[in-house]
Amino acid sequence: MDGIEPQLTILLLIPAIGSMVIALLPDSRNRTLKGVALLITVIAFGYSLLLVEQFQPQLDTMQFVQNASWFDVGNLHVHYHLGIDGISLFLVILTTFLMPLAILASWTVKEKIRSYLFFMLLLEVGMIGVFISLDLVLFYAFWEVMLIPMYFLIGVWGGERRIYAAVKFFLYTMAASLLMLGAIIALYFFNNAQDFDLVQITNRLSSGEMVLSPQAELLLFLAFFIAFAVKVPIFPFHTWLPDAHVEAPTAGSVILAGVLLKMGTYGLLRFCLPLFPNASVQLAPLICGLALVGILYGALVAMVQTDVKKLVAYSSVSHLGFVVLGIFSFNLQSLEGATFQMLSHGLSTGALFLLVGMIYDRRHSHLIQDFGGLAHVMPRYAAFFMVFLLSSIGLPGLNGFVGEFLILQGAFLANAGYAVLAAFGIILSAIYMLWMYQRVFLGTMNHEANRTLGDLSLREGVILVPLVILALWMGLYPSTFLRPMDASIQKVVDRIEQVQPATVYRVEYRGP
Amino acid sequence: MDLNYSALLPEIILSLTGIVIMLVIPFVSRERQANLAYLALAGIILAFLALLLDWNQTGLAFFEMVFQDPFAQFCKGLFLFAAAAIVLIAMNYLSQESRAEGEFYSLLLFATVGMSLMAASADLIVTFLGLEVLSISTYVLAGFKESERRSNESAIKYFLLGAFSTGFLLYGIAFVYGATGSTQYLAIAQAIQTSESEPLILLLGLGLMLVGFGFKVALAPFHVWAPDVYEGAPLPVTAHLAVGSKAAAVVALARILLQVFPELNPEWKVLLWVSAVLTMMIGNIAALTQTNVKRMLAYSSIAHAGYLMLGLAAHSELGTQGILYYLTAYTFMTLGAFTVVQIVGRHNEQHVQIEDFSGIGYRYPFLSVTLSVFLLSLAGIPATAGFMGKFFLFAAAVESEMYGLVFLAILASAAGIYYYLRVIVLMYMGDFHGDEVLLTIPLSLRIVITIMVLGTLYLGILPETFLQLASKAVSF
Repeated sequence: MDGIEPQLTILLLIPAIGSMVIALLPDSRNRTLKGVALLITVIAFGYSLLLVEQFQPQLDTMQFVQNASWFDVGNLHVHYHLGIDGISLFLVILTTFLMPLAILASWTVKEKIRSYLFFMLLLEVGMIGVFISLDLVLFYAFWEVMLIPMYFLIGVWGGERRIYAAVKFFLYTMAASLLMLGAIIALYFFNNAQDFDLVQITNRLSSGEMVLSPQAELLLFLAFFIAFAVKVPIFPFHTWLPDAHVEAPTAGSVILAGVLLKMGTYGLLRFCLPLFPNASVQLAPLICGLALVGILYGALVAMVQTDVKKLVAYSSVSHLGFVVLGIFSFNLQSLEGATFQMLSHGLSTGALFLLVGMIYDRRHSHLIQDFGGLAHVMPRYAAFFMVFLLSSIGLPGLNGFVGEFLILQGAFLANAGYAVLAAFGIILSAIYMLWMYQRVFLGTMNHEANRTLGDLSLREGVILVPLVILALWMGLYPSTFLRPMDASIQKVVDRIEQVQPATVYRVEYRGP
Repeated sequence: MDLNYSALLPEIILSLTGIVIMLVIPFVSRERQANLAYLALAGIILAFLALLLDWNQTGLAFFEMVFQDPFAQFCKGLFLFAAAAIVLIAMNYLSQESRAEGEFYSLLLFATVGMSLMAASADLIVTFLGLEVLSISTYVLAGFKESERRSNESAIKYFLLGAFSTGFLLYGIAFVYGATGSTQYLAIAQAIQTSESEPLILLLGLGLMLVGFGFKVALAPFHVWAPDVYEGAPLPVTAHLAVGSKAAAVVALARILLQVFPELNPEWKVLLWVSAVLTMMIGNIAALTQTNVKRMLAYSSIAHAGYLMLGLAAHSELGTQGILYYLTAYTFMTLGAFTVVQIVGRHNEQHVQIEDFSGIGYRYPFLSVTLSVFLLSLAGIPATAGFMGKFFLFAAAVESEMYGLVFLAILASAAGIYYYLRVIVLMYMGDFHGDEVLLTIPLSLRIVITIMVLGTLYLGILPETFLQLASKAVSF
């Protein structure tokens, strides 16, 4: 099965060549460099939209497949195998969509702009690579490579405790991923050293051609799971996240929340479930338990934060708990909900970080106590903030609702208790978000410094408007995003049902 | 019975060049002795050409004393490459210390001859001779700065412990000879294969030889000399110790274990398992607390020897391939890192503390970017040679079902990432508080660093070519 469709390679090459252009561009004026970087990311976004257009939603196989030998010596056969399906398609789009916005949000970065943009584009290569690689070694390579630019973005352009945050981020993720490397190699030899190909291995496992002993499956599952759990992050592996988020520069937080965290949940959905369905089912109660703890704990901790950025960071822990709960509820609704929620969280939390960054540019603070009554001087800013805050809480009509609703519905079918507990998370999210809004935007102005703040500039408006449009689109007509996922998600569900026949009545779901 | 000069032509050329350098030294004024480096380089290049002539020839040469096979040729190529780089580093080092002395180059060439002989040896006596030629040259090199106490300490320590370990090796060889009646690799292997039981004396011999090589490779628990010696020796010599001398001992050990004692695999596997774990753990953990970059790299090189033992313990084609690949990768990244340290260290190596790297990130982009690549490669981050090397070694160990060992290796390398990262953190995120003396990057070192960076990235992204070479080389 040699695929020779070059689209995905081109998509990888656009930012890769772009980063070289940035590194070698003779003109070193900041504006030129930023302009070029913006142009490159916009081209990548445009190109990725072409993929959506050519994507055939009814297929459950990989599309735009490119498969060639990377190195093939003796006992090792590693392939350069790319492809996307309904699950990864929109995650790629999310990445290419957020990048130009992140670059625009970096307009206020003044220092060492060339290397900043270089790392941003390198990060884009890594992120796209993670979502499109189908060879386990290739996946691992992108997964790790991506850490380096993020590490520098946090460590060089971050806040006060940036070095601590950067090193913690790097060590946490790297240490956990190394176990996955061990598991990848082990899986290869259990597969009789044929290939590292995700698609092939899944086929062999599901046809019974390749059999893993229960113990082996459990250990391999755990090695993969821990690597992804740190990235998501699932409670109790989440402690790196608030540090990294708070210290990262705005664009870094946006990418971190918008895309990097999704890699963890994507990994669970793409690797853990299809490769190790028995272990997944076996450990699902435990993992759902952790997800619930994450939902409630994240929300409660968010409630007591004095720092807006940290509040949004903890809200991510809570929201991603929903995604994990959805993934480990194993039915069509919950999995579609989880995938949708990944996109939706990327959008709304990315937007919230952008907004926090905008106020930080003006006031150099994101402490709640430094604000109050902002709506008087920055009405447009306050309005945008409200939109994304509501979308994050899950107001019907906006993106957040669809994902959470589907997850709750699916979780209810799997275990009603989970859904009930998770629903508390939504209530709590309304509490901490609205309370924060009240303290920051409403009431009287207590700080003289806030009186002179200017409202949104044109550039900031350009960043936010596409996000609002997309939030409404996802909330009002989610089918655009859900239908292309159907076939691929159904395949994952079928794979799970091979080992655990559906015990619940399956509801045919047709969009709200 | 055939002399077959072509198999040993590279060694002959190197030896002659070394002797010529020695002979002309009295006739060349001190100031102009720096030019002898070019003579040494010419010799290395000639030796390399001779090696290419011999490429892929197989057989035995010199009265069945040395092998002529792809394994030996691969290793010799690697050693010649490392030697050339070290000559260039040394040129800069010696002129910086105002000590343009030609002896350095001839000693280095003799050491390289010893290394090549170790890789090609088909007889324990030749192995021993090779090791001695290497060691004695290196003892002198380590004490090359005779007015410097640290350098003297380094030389004496290395000499005493080295001599001691050679004793172990020789004792082991004697036992093996006693047990099998031969010192020839093939004859010993034959004798072990045909004998029904393994006499205790043979096991004892193997054990003693492992101790001897353990010293040279700096495997725990025989690694204690390494940090002091590495720290005190002049920088090019440290690079030579960490790369060439270690690699030679590893390949000689690999050949002996795989070609002479494959039958005793259960015995040596256990020893290597234990030693690999200790080496990786001690190397990485001790490196965490170092404040001197040279010393940190010394501990890191101990840890890397531990990873190499994974490939050896795996006892498979993939494992040996992994060793050769890793050694190549290790040569590129370690030599590169030492070259940068040499430039930052300046006169008398006064600036080799980690603090001295603080804030140089944006002042010296060439040095910092390349050093970052080397360190990330040493840490095993994908897209660099270090990752590929580790990947092959880990894969070999998993293939041989040594899951526990791989798990521990993973833990050890996770700990190791921290100290490599620390240097990068300081370079890019620390404050610059050095004096305003500008670092100068001589053209020759710029070339060395560039080659090493390109090699590190090439091996990390497109491993196929060298993997093919390595896979040819493992067919003994």
